[in-house]
Amino acid sequence: MSNLRTPLSQVKGLGSAKEGTSHFWLQRLTAIGLIPLLLWITFAVARLPSMSQADIQAWLANPLSAILMILFLIAAFWHAKLGLQVVIEDYVSDHSVRTVAIIAVTLISFALAVVGVFSVLHIAFTG
Amino acid sequence: MAEFTLPANSIVKPGKHFPAPEGATNTRRFKIYRFDPDTGENPRLDTFDVDMDNCGPMVLDAMIKIKSEMDSSLTFRRSCREGICGSCAMNIDGSNTLACTMSLEDIDGEVSIYPLPHQPILKDLVSDLTNFYAQYASIEPWLKSDSPAPPDRERLQSPADRERLDGAYECILCACCSTSCPSYWWNSDRYLGPAALLASYRWLSDSRDDATGERLDELEDPFKLYRCHTIMNCAQVCPKGLNPAKAIAETKKMMVQRRL
Repeated sequence: MSNLRTPLSQVKGLGSAKEGTSHFWLQRLTAIGLIPLLLWITFAVARLPSMSQADIQAWLANPLSAILMILFLIAAFWHAKLGLQVVIEDYVSDHSVRTVAIIAVTLISFALAVVGVFSVLHIAFTG
Repeated sequence: MAEFTLPANSIVKPGKHFPAPEGATNTRRFKIYRFDPDTGENPRLDTFDVDMDNCGPMVLDAMIKIKSEMDSSLTFRRSCREGICGSCAMNIDGSNTLACTMSLEDIDGEVSIYPLPHQPILKDLVSDLTNFYAQYASIEPWLKSDSPAPPDRERLQSPADRERLDGAYECILCACCSTSCPSYWWNSDRYLGPAALLASYRWLSDSRDDATGERLDELEDPFKLYRCHTIMNCAQVCPKGLNPAKAIAETKKMMVQRRL
């Protein structure tokens, strides 16, 4: 017992972050949204091998496909970011490594989502 | 970061063997974790062959017999021997439970006895639950009300409101649930654990308590509450048959409810 702080003071620590429910809620919300989107994308991707490149471009340029694809990309990367953050918080105990890992996951997820959305828009609007 | 080497004293070595008294025909083998931090030696697993013809039916009966007749240095906590004090919580046959209410009949073959997992060990089966008790204290487990108490009688509660406390008030703080929870193993410095959160829910669902909002404010934290991933080990091992995981899920529902 080299630490002279009382056990209660250690447990109270820095106090409540008054946050966490929006993370919990958004993780469920994106999960619900991903149920129909995943069904749609499963069938869509299964059809791709039988299509030519021109067919695929035309299919993705269709407003309904483009919108569903963008919704899927946003929901999937958002959900992945939230989930990976929980995994890091669970298993990475070193606080500085944990912080760097969460920053990396957040930025990479955001960047990949933007790349995906831009690609869909590029195909949709320029063919 | 992940630790790739085991901490000092974490490898359990084979220990001493205590044979049954001569003439004993009905014996049972007990493997019990032994550790004395003062010696600096690694923990060991001692083997005791116990004469079952002169032994009570519960695991605790056999342990008391071992301490009285075979090795008086075996150290463990026990008090009520009827599942209400929570002192003899330990890991028996791979699950956290109370030695006094665990029947030897329900265990196949050798009986393995370890301390509660992932807590500092004071000696043998006695773990240091300082952090666990401080977490219980931190949820402020007492009635908080700004409404003055009636001068002539107790604070009334309808039978229906009283029923909402069933399954939440019976906790004996044995720590079987919290020390069986992987989330608690990895983050017990910040995650309150199932026992403290069940106790918190006991007050969140009390119709006479009007500090619900402040209590939820205190719990609203990625670590204090939201480390629970519904693994359910807590509900599986609780020797009182309680379901802390459900209480935590109800608490999360209250968190969402107050913002929608």
